[in-house]
Amino acid sequence: MFKYLVEKEFKQIIRNKFLPKLIIGYPIVMMILMPHAANLDIKNIRVSVVDGANSSLSRELYRKVEASDYFSSVYVVQSYEEALQSVERSKSDIILEIPASFENDIVNTGKASVYIASNSVDGLRGSVAASYLATVVSEYSRQVTQVSQALPVVEIISRSRFNPSMDYKVFMVPALIAMLITIIGGFLPALNIVSEKEAGTIEQMNVTPVGKFQFIAAKLIPYWIIGFIILTITLILSKLLYGIVPVGSLLVFYLLSSLFLLVVSGFGLLISNYSSTMQQAMFVMFFFLLIMILMSGLFTPIASMPLWAKAISAINPMSYFIEIMRMVFLKGGNLYYLAKPVIILCGFAVLFNTWAVVSYHKTT
Amino acid sequence: MSADKKPVVAENLSKSFGQVTALQNISFETERGEMFGVIGPDGAGKTTLFRILTTLLVQSSGDAFVDGYDVKGDFRKIREIIGYMPGKFSLYGDLSVEENLNFFASIFKVDPKENYHLIKDIFHQLEPFRNRKAAALSGGMKQKLALSCALIHKPSVLFLDEPTTGVDPVSRREFWQMLDRLKSMGITIIVSTAYMDEALLCDRIALMKNGILLGVDSPAGMVASYKERLLAIKGGDMHSILKALHDIDIVKSAYSFGHEHHAAISPDFTGDAVEKIMLELTSRGFNDALVKNINPSVEDCYMELSAN
Repeated sequence: MFKYLVEKEFKQIIRNKFLPKLIIGYPIVMMILMPHAANLDIKNIRVSVVDGANSSLSRELYRKVEASDYFSSVYVVQSYEEALQSVERSKSDIILEIPASFENDIVNTGKASVYIASNSVDGLRGSVAASYLATVVSEYSRQVTQVSQALPVVEIISRSRFNPSMDYKVFMVPALIAMLITIIGGFLPALNIVSEKEAGTIEQMNVTPVGKFQFIAAKLIPYWIIGFIILTITLILSKLLYGIVPVGSLLVFYLLSSLFLLVVSGFGLLISNYSSTMQQAMFVMFFFLLIMILMSGLFTPIASMPLWAKAISAINPMSYFIEIMRMVFLKGGNLYYLAKPVIILCGFAVLFNTWAVVSYHKTT
Repeated sequence: MSADKKPVVAENLSKSFGQVTALQNISFETERGEMFGVIGPDGAGKTTLFRILTTLLVQSSGDAFVDGYDVKGDFRKIREIIGYMPGKFSLYGDLSVEENLNFFASIFKVDPKENYHLIKDIFHQLEPFRNRKAAALSGGMKQKLALSCALIHKPSVLFLDEPTTGVDPVSRREFWQMLDRLKSMGITIIVSTAYMDEALLCDRIALMKNGILLGVDSPAGMVASYKERLLAIKGGDMHSILKALHDIDIVKSAYSFGHEHHAAISPDFTGDAVEKIMLELTSRGFNDALVKNINPSVEDCYMELSAN
């Protein structure tokens, strides 16, 4: 009997005009586009320079800026107002103002100040651009002072461990996998159940000897299988497109992915229990999906969130899974090192699935 | 499926949804092999009653048994022995006719061939479309498929919730002929309908209104127990005539019935009712009114019972 239930689900998924294409196409598109689009490396910064000094030293400074990889173009303008206008017209992102006394100050006192103003409409870009520019300026100042006074200075050499090139793609791929599992493994079966509610077919099933567990399990199994196919597709794509492979073992990767699959499918069932229409279920899912993604450390680090936001991400299963995936991909963490997030995810799996089962009985 | 157990027993069955009372103290029994009709307008509580009897809904109070099994405690047992066809088409539209039938057979763990004789007459008409998706069938064909799927496990009791609502008159007649054949095969059929003419096709009927059971009897018994004298009145200005009838003191109740009005005469009046009504109407200026004695129908019984 159970075999026929699963068979029916597969038939329905495959016959759907849209779903199979979506299930295969979605991860591929996500893997191809997202790591490039969701790139937090700030590049192509355009600088307006107000060169009040107009001296060889000031020219040297902004040529140095020009030479940096982060800055795409440097415009020299006559006044600060003009520079500000270019920012307003989105022609440049940041202003470097060199005062008229720049060269004099350096030569006479060894000290000079410059003024940096950055467009912070996009806060992240603004502050990162300002700090890049400050770095260039301080490097320059070191050069100048070394030449003139040869003072010993502390040089900082930073090395990024586990992601030496600070490649953002390496960071994104594991997070994308978490998103894909949530959508395919959690939300699709839930929507499927709600659609049976809407069509009334669930009533017809309820008057048959098919038990609730059988009915739900038959719904989940096809999506779990699809989830594993998608995991494999993303692994292959991340190797082919970005050369990214999990440093940790594949077994750990699949094992923990299936744990997360269990968490999100429990969560999906919970939503399906409380929704009577597809529209309602979709809306609730989008609500939670957005919160889960934004609060998961996918785009912004949890460490820099305010306290209340940290509290929310502490009850966000996705944040634990993204942590796990990044560890598995970048650090090669084994189960021992991942114990804490894994135990928490197990807790979520138990909580959501128990709640889903209990509430399912209540509503019928 | 013991023979001594009544197929369906309801004892003081009540159900309320918050403030709304959908069923109030419903009690009745059905006999094995009979066609039992639950008759009432929309909102009478027919579907709620069916949903409780088919274990889809839990009653607020009272008891109900199907083949001796309690709908609350033994719901698993009941689900194995009943067939249910809800008012709304609820098969899988993306599976073909044949797949739907095989699917429902397989979840009841029966071989579709085993009980094919039950549905042969019905399914025969679906044969040309066996590979068509259920969603692409016409209304009448969908209904035949739904009936086939509800029958494929040879249920002991078949529940049909408003099977003929929205079905054309020819298909309706055909459908009732199919039900007759099923009855002759020994299946107890519980069918609900809002059409009074279909009540006559049942062995016994239960009349329902606003969640209350007005009475249970055979259609003939119901008509025979009609106490009042009944008149049919026809005339030019039907609307005003009905108003006038309400004003006449010997008229106990008056209501429009098709293209005429029916008036039940108060039992206190013993004279010639036809003449009296004619006189009353003429005195009110309705010279063209035609009045005659008629025999009551099930609908008249329904009107009488619901008025009391």
